[in-house]
Amino acid sequence: MAGIGLIIIKRLGLGLLTMLMVSILIFGAVNLLPGDFAQAILGQGATPEAVQAIRRDLGLDQPLVERYFTWLFGVLQGDFGNSFAELNFSSYGGTTASANFGSVADKLAPRFNNTMFLAGVTALFAVPVSILIGVLAALYRNSIFDRVANITTLTSISSPEFFLAYILILILAVLNPILPSLSNIYDGMDFADRLERSMLPALTLTLVVTAHMMRMTRAAIINLLASPFIEMARLKGLSPFRVILFHALPNALAPIINVVALNLAFLITGVVVVEVVFVYPGIGQLFVDSVKIRDIPVVQACCLLFAAAYILLNLTADIMAILSNPRLRHPK
Amino acid sequence: MLTQLAIWVGGGFLASLALNRALPGLGTGRVQDWIKNTGTVGMFGYYILATVLVLLVDYYVGFLMGANMPEWFKSISLLGSTRLPFLAWLLHGIVMFGVAGFIFRALGRSVGTELSRKMFRQMPITASFGILTILIYVIVAVFADIIAPYGQAEVFDRINLLPGGNPDLGGDPSHPLGTDQIGRDLLSRLIFGAQNTVGIAFVTTCLAFFIGASLGFLAATLGGWFDQFLSRIVDMLMAIPQLIFALLLMTIATAWAGSERWLITIYMILIIAVLDSTRVFRLSRAVGMNIVVMDFFEAAKLRGENLSYLVFREILPNAYAPLLAEFGLRFCFVFLTIAALSFLGIGIQPPLADWGTMVKDLSQFINFAAFSPLTAALPLLAAGAIALLTVAVNFVVDWMLHRSSGLKE
Repeated sequence: MAGIGLIIIKRLGLGLLTMLMVSILIFGAVNLLPGDFAQAILGQGATPEAVQAIRRDLGLDQPLVERYFTWLFGVLQGDFGNSFAELNFSSYGGTTASANFGSVADKLAPRFNNTMFLAGVTALFAVPVSILIGVLAALYRNSIFDRVANITTLTSISSPEFFLAYILILILAVLNPILPSLSNIYDGMDFADRLERSMLPALTLTLVVTAHMMRMTRAAIINLLASPFIEMARLKGLSPFRVILFHALPNALAPIINVVALNLAFLITGVVVVEVVFVYPGIGQLFVDSVKIRDIPVVQACCLLFAAAYILLNLTADIMAILSNPRLRHPK
Repeated sequence: MLTQLAIWVGGGFLASLALNRALPGLGTGRVQDWIKNTGTVGMFGYYILATVLVLLVDYYVGFLMGANMPEWFKSISLLGSTRLPFLAWLLHGIVMFGVAGFIFRALGRSVGTELSRKMFRQMPITASFGILTILIYVIVAVFADIIAPYGQAEVFDRINLLPGGNPDLGGDPSHPLGTDQIGRDLLSRLIFGAQNTVGIAFVTTCLAFFIGASLGFLAATLGGWFDQFLSRIVDMLMAIPQLIFALLLMTIATAWAGSERWLITIYMILIIAVLDSTRVFRLSRAVGMNIVVMDFFEAAKLRGENLSYLVFREILPNAYAPLLAEFGLRFCFVFLTIAALSFLGIGIQPPLADWGTMVKDLSQFINFAAFSPLTAALPLLAAGAIALLTVAVNFVVDWMLHRSSGLKE
């Protein structure tokens, strides 16, 4: 078993390295901005003294490498810097850009919870449904059910997320006012209310993710059903039910877990558009708003957060695959 | 009601008669044989059966969507109930497209060279529908200037005209889809959207393929540190979700572009092309790797051919099939990414009409669905245009992959 531990540690190390490279990439990209933060905050009519002052406050007069490490250590301690939008306010209000004013972390924390809630609800719907449909489609492949599922999922994969979102709004919020079309969520809401408000975005995301997951599950199961040990079980004269429950399913668990992890990673991109459509106060919404007003520290933090989630989920899929398939433990 | 019933029954009988007489002329096939064997009366029976089935489904779905039906079934439904036009449009659309795809395939089977006829004979209906749709989009995109009644940035005095063209309901016959909040003709903008959105996505995909494929093949041919270097860079770029990274880079691009808004569109093309070329790089490198070890490639190398000959004359022709299928898929992804960026307001910039922005601008109209279905359909029309094209491309790619993999299942 020591071998497995070593492999997992190696993978984790690789993940950390990737994270580090990504942070360098993000930091480097942001520093391609013309002028610098100080100029961006103060705008065109800034006096050189004011620019100097802000540069000193933000530590922009330090060399690039040093700034990167300062930023990185800050991030590791949960300090993502200060939001420009808030800094702007503070400079109009006459206060100086102090360290505790409008920190990005304060802005992110509640929204992060909201997004996690949305993702959780989506996963709760999508995972069982798509696995069930996927397994059924694989068992009855080339039947009418399989064809219909195939065409439907292909259509829902091909449609942009906002198209699905508006169709759902049309049917479930406008024509039949069952669910609210805007998800205004605030602190201290009770759970049922919160669930109802986030139902439409969750359903939209479910549609998107289910299609992917179902197709991948179907492919994985079909692959499995073609393997010799299933044929053997059939030839022994076992009932189809028994073959599936005791022979196929335990072996299918590995690919299915993999599929789930990969698709939750896929959710990340969908979250951004869907949150904007439903005005859901999550990280995606914050991200897009900050991109529009060029609030660089927030953009940086959101980007890093999304990338981290993405890498983490991919890493999980990787490790799960190694754990469930002993052959992967001995790479050639 | 009685006349409707008469039209339905009579029309159905005539249709089954016509099908039976006309179809054998279009050649032989499973469907044709089946129709011939069933006979006119049998066909009519199926027709009645299908009608009853459709009506049952219709009633059930109508019930689900909250339309309280009888009165007698809103004069045989589908179009009858005021709440259901969307469903009716959808059904009509699907049937129309299905029929169009069928006719297109029948046409392709009887016209053209031996090769193209053979291709159409083996084609499933989804693929022929896909090809037809892509053709229509291409024609609309190329001839947008001729087809569209007005220019895409032309502003009229009357703003927020309702669609439908009925003056009593606040429309104008010269603007069939109405005008937007600053008075631009929506039909024209929808048509020009084909040119801009599809055109820009196409250019971006081509660029991504040019970058990705040439670097991928080079990496496969040269190997060594060049390969390692590029592969690691690609790994790094792929570690960030594409849309997220594109958004980050667009922030910088908007700062660079400053007040010159059109530059943002150019930057967007470059950014998405580079981000997407990573996927193309992976594929073309993998395909190239398999070709590099072949004997003919070894021979060409030993002949002393130069690098460009090796890449373009030896690798490229042999990597054609997988790259073409990948082109379709990548086009879809690029198209959807651009649409998403535009929808979020940071993609294609205003004077140019595009579907993503249109959806965003018109999205509030969806709340009028209960009173004016046509108005509510406007944002869905733009979004549906995006969806339809990607679906069509996906169908064609699916078929191509199926054919090249030789799967018969």
